[in-house]
Amino acid sequence: MINFSFDGKAYTAQEGDTLAAALLRNGIGLVGRSFKYHRPRGIMTAGVEEPNALVTVGEGGRAEPNTRATDVFVYEGLVAKSQNRWPNLSFDVGAVLGLAAPALSAGFYYKTFFGSAKKWMFYEYFIRKAAGLGNAPTQADPDRFSHRAAFCDVLVVGAGPAGLQAALDAAEAGKRVILVEQDNILGASLIRDPQELGAAWIEATAARIRAAGGRILTRTTASGYWEHDLVTLSQKLVEPGEIPADGVTQRLWHVRAGEVTLATGSLERPMAFANNDRPGVMLSQAARTYMRRFGVLPGSRVAIATNNDDAYKTAETLKQAGAEIVAILDTRPAASAAAKAAMDAGYPVHLEAVPLSVDGSRHCLRQVTARVHGATQSWKADLLAVSGGFTPVVHLHMQAGGTLTWDDAAQAFVPGASRQNVTTIGGAITPAAAPAFTPLSHPKNSFIDFQNDVTLADVDLAWAEGYRSVEHLKRYTTLGMATDQGKLSNMAALGRLAEKQGVAIPEAGLTTFRPPYTPVTMGLIAGAGAKDAGAHVRRLALYDLHAAKNPIWQPLGYWFRPRAYPINGESLAQAALREAKAVRNTVGMTDVSTLAKFEVSGPDAAAFLEIICATTVSKLAVGRGRYTFMLREDGFVFDDGTVWRLDENRYLLTSSTGGADRMATHISYVRQYLCPHLRVSAVNVQEHYAGIAIAGPTAKALLATLIGEEPPRHMSTVPAVISGVPVIILAASYSGERAFEIYVDASQADAVWTACETQVNEAGGALYGLEAMEFLRIEKGHLVVGGEVDGCMTPHDLALDKMLNKAGGYIGASGLARPALSEAGRRQLVGLEALEGDIPEGSMLIPSEGASPQGHVSAAAFRIIEGGSVALGQLVDGFSRHGEILIASSPTRGQKARVRVVAPHFYDSAGERYRD
Amino acid sequence: MMLIPCPHCGPRAQSEFIYERTVDSVVLLDAPSQEAMTKLFTRNNPRGVDDEIWRHTYGCRAWMILTRHRVTNEISGCRAIGPEALP
Repeated sequence: MINFSFDGKAYTAQEGDTLAAALLRNGIGLVGRSFKYHRPRGIMTAGVEEPNALVTVGEGGRAEPNTRATDVFVYEGLVAKSQNRWPNLSFDVGAVLGLAAPALSAGFYYKTFFGSAKKWMFYEYFIRKAAGLGNAPTQADPDRFSHRAAFCDVLVVGAGPAGLQAALDAAEAGKRVILVEQDNILGASLIRDPQELGAAWIEATAARIRAAGGRILTRTTASGYWEHDLVTLSQKLVEPGEIPADGVTQRLWHVRAGEVTLATGSLERPMAFANNDRPGVMLSQAARTYMRRFGVLPGSRVAIATNNDDAYKTAETLKQAGAEIVAILDTRPAASAAAKAAMDAGYPVHLEAVPLSVDGSRHCLRQVTARVHGATQSWKADLLAVSGGFTPVVHLHMQAGGTLTWDDAAQAFVPGASRQNVTTIGGAITPAAAPAFTPLSHPKNSFIDFQNDVTLADVDLAWAEGYRSVEHLKRYTTLGMATDQGKLSNMAALGRLAEKQGVAIPEAGLTTFRPPYTPVTMGLIAGAGAKDAGAHVRRLALYDLHAAKNPIWQPLGYWFRPRAYPINGESLAQAALREAKAVRNTVGMTDVSTLAKFEVSGPDAAAFLEIICATTVSKLAVGRGRYTFMLREDGFVFDDGTVWRLDENRYLLTSSTGGADRMATHISYVRQYLCPHLRVSAVNVQEHYAGIAIAGPTAKALLATLIGEEPPRHMSTVPAVISGVPVIILAASYSGERAFEIYVDASQADAVWTACETQVNEAGGALYGLEAMEFLRIEKGHLVVGGEVDGCMTPHDLALDKMLNKAGGYIGASGLARPALSEAGRRQLVGLEALEGDIPEGSMLIPSEGASPQGHVSAAAFRIIEGGSVALGQLVDGFSRHGEILIASSPTRGQKARVRVVAPHFYDSAGERYRD
Repeated sequence: MMLIPCPHCGPRAQSEFIYERTVDSVVLLDAPSQEAMTKLFTRNNPRGVDDEIWRHTYGCRAWMILTRHRVTNEISGCRAIGPEALP
């Protein structure tokens, strides 16, 4: 006995019960409300194709909505809730929508969109409340998901008789075999119809497979078939909502198979007749499964509707279990062998009998009505078991790129040619014969897609409104969407469409089968990459020294860098201003380790750099450096940095942090693909060196103390030693002050940082973070990649064109030669000064209220010493518009400021402060 | 996910590689402006076999040219490029 609850009430289940079996065992017929019309729904199937019995299982962050009650096995303490009902399942206000059903017919949304906007907003409010499936949990999932890669010679999907035999043959032939089964026990159809192969055969076969080295995974669904015979398996280690012992709930397998054998069987189809969605209408094989596998008799007065022989087994099974068979309605005009045998055994078989409707309450069925030989006849019944034929499960075959062929006897598509190394065997390729029949009921309440509330009338309406293609039909009616993905509905819809078109079903077309076969939870796809592990974190070499100061961190690329080092309860802005003032007045130091760095060496190093960089490099003397920038092939600036000649044939190239990986790939591509003949080596040394920048009026004196010699002049480089550690000093300034960058082997960076910090503190300076650096560089008018360098600006737009290598030959030279890139009307870099107030960052630049934007503000800050809001921006023909007054307006933030267009230098525009 | 036959490492999962571009879109360093722009902006998109540049980023880091059918993903060749592959 297992205890579980459904909608807050306690029940008991038997060992091995699915939730659906347990609900039926407890006499619960009504388990859900339908998607659009809130119609009462019961349990229709005994498998993953269940369209109606969707429940939320589990609590808190473990809650899993839209779980098929047929696809969850009851465990002790399982908590299940019905969905899409209010205030409760039995009395649902939303069912009133059912009365308004005609208003929600096919294409309702599209039609409403074409109406007035007000009308849509009116509808939307109610539809959002009433329509839909379960709610996603709001709490984080406390459990984990894992991924595992595996290889095998043969992957067998489905452990029915065909799959078990195939796995056995392969395993005993010495092949590495994986056999997967979505159920928690093996056998599939053998569980329902043991025939001559019973439980003993299943057990013995499984034992032999394992003994031959095969691996059997139960509760595992082959959910996707990808390129080159990669199949993803989603394995449930515990049931939905269940607490896992070791914290892992599900595992995603990536299996690369030598060959794949699909023994996926077939799904029984329902029939279309009025009210065919009522609780008490069940698929015939499902009714048999509930009796044979779970010992639950789903009805005591049973009618059966069928177009094939299989349903006669259901009649026999249920009768043996004590049910009364009130009618077997066989759509076929002539009696098959099975029908004759049933007649001889005394079953009330009716030939040429097509179901018309059922009646009953929201909890159970009362009456079945059919047309028999043209006359209407009714029976009292509490269960109608239907079988409308069998649809082979061809999903994986199709996902692999295979084609289908039409089996007219079975009225079904079966696998045709395969694209990958995949074969389908068993019932999936030989579905039982089941001739077509024409529904005779009123189409309005004759459902074909139970999950999306699509009726025959909706297909007819879509047709009448001109939707001819099956793909259009799907989108117009939402047919075949949601958790069951049309497993039950597609064939019925195709049949109706083909009938309308006056063609055979294969000519009506088919929608695409896409992974996953059954729903996969998002956490399983993320695997270990969920939560904080969503992106990797690169830790600065100097991380511990920063962390000890408890800075405000800022993500930058994959890095976290100190944004500011607040002291005495400072806010971010206060700390950043203090730090920036220290740089302007005395000295500051900051960690610049994350800058991209490449060491380029060899006889052709300069030639190589003049391909990567758009500026000249070869004229640099040893020990000198210069600013540089790089273009994309289309001529736009995509990164900038500095290049230094460390030695005759050895250069150091730096570029932006955020673009570091992109630059590394670019350099590698150029070297390997475009310039394989050059004698050059380009090594990414980004993490080899830690970098420390020291900037301010006293930086030079401070550095002299540190290295014991005269520091290099601006844009020069020397090797030196600090605290016994060899370093490279680059004299470059981003802040606008005299400044130095010190590069040191990352493993020895702590000692150098500490030595520098001691000097900075003695000089009355400060550490500064990214926020202060931003203030400093904006005031100075220096660019940032991702801000001013946004991928849409040419060197000319950024006033860098005078630095271009006149000899050409760099990447982007030919793109830059396009006439349009030098025409008037391009956005150009400008400075902006507020006339009053603060300039909103990201705001648009407009000449007057209501005018079209002529540019935007890329970065805003203020003058560090004098105060006053300043910004950098891009403005159409900005170079020739200095002095103009514009409005920087941010409607989304409700902020605006009047600004004057000026040159983009607010501080020391002559550049005197960083020269000696 | 494809199985890519890296010329240096053997068959490896596609997740170890990055795709760079098609060979026909490569702008050679000495390409005239008009030709360069044609390569960049009017690329072929053949429904069939094409040569593509890939990199084994999470492996040997080498670049290679993969010959792939763009509908069926059938790979008919993968050859090394770069200084080491020069004749």
